[in-house]
Amino acid sequence: MSGRVLVGVKRVIDYAVKIRVKPDNSSVVTDGVKHSMNPFCEIAVEEAVKLKEKKLIKEVVAVSCGPQQAQETIRTALAMGADRGIHVQVAGKDYESMGPLQVSKIMAALAKKEDAQLVILGKQAIDDDCNQTGQMTAALLDWPQGTFASEVALEGDKIKVVREIDGGLETIRINTPAVITADLRLNTPRYATLPNIMKAKKKKIANMKPEDLGVDLTSRLEVLRVDEPPQREAGVKVETVEDLVGKLKDAGRV
Amino acid sequence: MANPLKGEVIKLYKTLLYLGREYPQGAAYFRGRLKAAFMKHKDETDPEKIRKLVARGDFVIKELEALYFLRKYRAMKKRYYEPEK
Repeated sequence: MSGRVLVGVKRVIDYAVKIRVKPDNSSVVTDGVKHSMNPFCEIAVEEAVKLKEKKLIKEVVAVSCGPQQAQETIRTALAMGADRGIHVQVAGKDYESMGPLQVSKIMAALAKKEDAQLVILGKQAIDDDCNQTGQMTAALLDWPQGTFASEVALEGDKIKVVREIDGGLETIRINTPAVITADLRLNTPRYATLPNIMKAKKKKIANMKPEDLGVDLTSRLEVLRVDEPPQREAGVKVETVEDLVGKLKDAGRV
Repeated sequence: MANPLKGEVIKLYKTLLYLGREYPQGAAYFRGRLKAAFMKHKDETDPEKIRKLVARGDFVIKELEALYFLRKYRAMKKRYYEPEK
């Protein structure tokens, strides 16, 4: 057992930012918009760091794929307690077309290269909401997967994962190495404090290219159109109960 | 002003300023309030009182971190989970 955990972190548009679609409907506006780490990735980092604090694992490695700015996200993960980072440089056209399949190929290649015991990812990113990377990584590695984890416990060479499923919880026991994806209730991520961010600057981030890992980034998907959600229509004020009932009848509600 | 607590107070101010960047009402709003709160006690010389004020600042840090976490958690819950019946 290597005791190494690989954590994937994604740089996304901050959750509090109002998303705007580009006028040509090709994608959303990302220039000059505040970015931060995907909230579910924060939960994944926190879980890995917690396991390390309990001395159940030895090293936490934060991985991010993307342009230069992805390093900020890795830095945040390092400030939260990860030991070192790996930045897989993907820029320009490759980055625009990069989807879960490409990322999971990179994650799978890195998991093998780093001899990881565990891969922890967020269940989904708040920008594309794909919810596929963890599952695909597990498939590519042919490892067991514990998705939507709301509780993780290491039991020797097995892992007990409590999963969030529709209307309840499911408890499974899987072998290691494994892939785990974090759900919202897994833990409460700590805040990356200023002194910790300063300290994180001393930690190492390795630079890599997808070619170094022998990963082909060709995408088989094409985005046809991106649209804003429909605008909420303005309401009307009614004077009397009869008015209200009449309007509701017109709308076919009663 | 060679107060031994000077470093601690500056550190507290810096930390709060950093936290304020994410404040819901904007960093500028927070900065104004923060500065006013610090300036109100600028003539304080009693080390015991300064220590108490710094402790209050540390408490505000914890409150802010909790506020940010809850805000994010609620946003995620609202977006990704069915409302509880």
